[in-house]
Amino acid sequence: MEAQTQLAIEASGLVKHFGETKAVDGVDLAVRRGAVYGVLGPNGAGKTTTIRMLTTLLRPDAGEARVLGHNIVEEADAVRGVVSLTGQLASVDEDLTGRENLILIGRLLGLKHAPAKARADELLEAFGIAEAAGRLVKNYSGGMRRRLDIAASIVVTPEVMFLDEPTTGLDPRSRNQVWDIIRALAGGGTTILLCTQYLDEADQLAEGIAVIDHGKVIAEGTPAQLKASVGGGALHLRLMDPAQRADAARFVERELGEVHLEPDPARLSVSCADTERGAEVVAELSRSGIAVADFSLGQPSLDEVFLALTGHPAEEEPEEPEAVQEEQAA
Amino acid sequence: MTNGQPASTAAAPSIEDAALQKALASTPRPPRPSPLAAVMAFGWRGMLKVKHVPEQLVDVTITPVLFVLMFTYLFGGAVAGSTGEYLDYILPGLLVMSVLFTTVYSGIAINTDLTKGVVDRFRSLPIWSPSPLVGALLGDSVRYVVAGTVIMVLGVILGFRPDEGVLGVLAAMGLVVVFAFALSWVFTTMGLLLRSPNAVMNAGFMSIFPLTFLSNVFVEPETLPAGLEAFVNVNPISILSDASRGLMQGNLDGSDVAIVLGVAALLTAVFVPLTNRLYRTR
Repeated sequence: MEAQTQLAIEASGLVKHFGETKAVDGVDLAVRRGAVYGVLGPNGAGKTTTIRMLTTLLRPDAGEARVLGHNIVEEADAVRGVVSLTGQLASVDEDLTGRENLILIGRLLGLKHAPAKARADELLEAFGIAEAAGRLVKNYSGGMRRRLDIAASIVVTPEVMFLDEPTTGLDPRSRNQVWDIIRALAGGGTTILLCTQYLDEADQLAEGIAVIDHGKVIAEGTPAQLKASVGGGALHLRLMDPAQRADAARFVERELGEVHLEPDPARLSVSCADTERGAEVVAELSRSGIAVADFSLGQPSLDEVFLALTGHPAEEEPEEPEAVQEEQAA
Repeated sequence: MTNGQPASTAAAPSIEDAALQKALASTPRPPRPSPLAAVMAFGWRGMLKVKHVPEQLVDVTITPVLFVLMFTYLFGGAVAGSTGEYLDYILPGLLVMSVLFTTVYSGIAINTDLTKGVVDRFRSLPIWSPSPLVGALLGDSVRYVVAGTVIMVLGVILGFRPDEGVLGVLAAMGLVVVFAFALSWVFTTMGLLLRSPNAVMNAGFMSIFPLTFLSNVFVEPETLPAGLEAFVNVNPISILSDASRGLMQGNLDGSDVAIVLGVAALLTAVFVPLTNRLYRTR
């Protein structure tokens, strides 16, 4: 029992079809308690369908999953008692005010009227929507709506929180606010499953990532492991004087291996897994009289990881909005 | 749970705001709400929507007024010889018609709701699963009462004087609202099956219009061709109209009330589980 409850979410072989389309085609997940776990994939990869199964909104066609030890089909009600969902479409009522939304959720979670009001006001204040509390949500900005949405998800602190693309369509400032809130919630012990199509977001927040494509988990691990699985990082150099490139290439090649000469006559790059060694080489290069204008040294971005894993970039997935597929099935 | 452990202090620097820190601190989970509490919360939601968009009461206020004026003065002389006599016959029927038309909006409302993300949140909450539906219909009952009241008040202004007085009118209105509550589950089922609010509106009125007009709401069935008369006589809307006339005028046939309640129970028994199932699986 103890070993089992170490995992907040465990799924094995989850499958969901919508007509001919296999939206989710055998997804396995294991998320430890208190973790922020990223599910990364392009539109239509099956992220939302997976979340909808785990939050009991959809019944899987095959496979099994448990949330805090509760089976999502047989013990759906118990699952609903520990999760909260912030859906891809804003899961708040646009025809009510922000304050009314939070009071409604509070009452539906079992708070009496007065504590529900107090909690609503506390959250509105904390999330910076107090001055808009009496306005209808349909008049909110995207960022405010998202914050209200997340506030609605934590009226009572959930043990497991599902966030479906929480920053899609937000400006950078609002996005950072949402990230701060997610970090703070995780710090308080809430397990968070974060679906995102932004590689950067998963890298920033998640300790583990499952990369999902066409309804299947195609890679899994920490951000660092995923990057390492694609091969080491690279050292990119731009020289002050393009005339020195041949000398620089000879020097770098001796130290680090085969050099790639870029189209820009001042640039060259070399694959380099050991960042410390890479830094030394740059320093030695400068000392030997070859001036370096700038350089970058690091692991491959998750974008490169995605490309390497799927053979297609994350952004160029043909349009297959999941909502449409579900509608057709309904 | 893990409050006070190093993990929470590690996240602290990113959030400077003390209010946010406090709001994010773990809150204890209260016991689940009772089904009644959840239904009442959803009923409250329905009331709030009326408060924010009072225009939506037009269909339960202006429309009944138009019906009463139009039918009484346009057809009264032709159908019953005088507008006064026709008013006595038609007003209980118009009460039935106006309230039953309003039930279509329950289906439109649920379809509109489904297109929004908030339903996902409701469905992921630990509440009695039909409570969003029951609560919404409870809120709709208030609209039925508004429609009914408008009709009756206008009728009295125009000279309608029921023999059984206020009590008779209230009893008739109660019966009509109970039947409307049952009928609205048919339209919520429709609302869950059809694609758009517009489709629900069309299908809803296409069924309720003929059903209402092919009843004794407007004319005595004896004036109709035999086949039509037979249909009109068994149409539950005719029986409901007869019952409300009886309750207001004092010539009630008790079996009419029994049939109305029976049909209401049947509709509820079939369409409540159907609606609930569709709501959960859609």
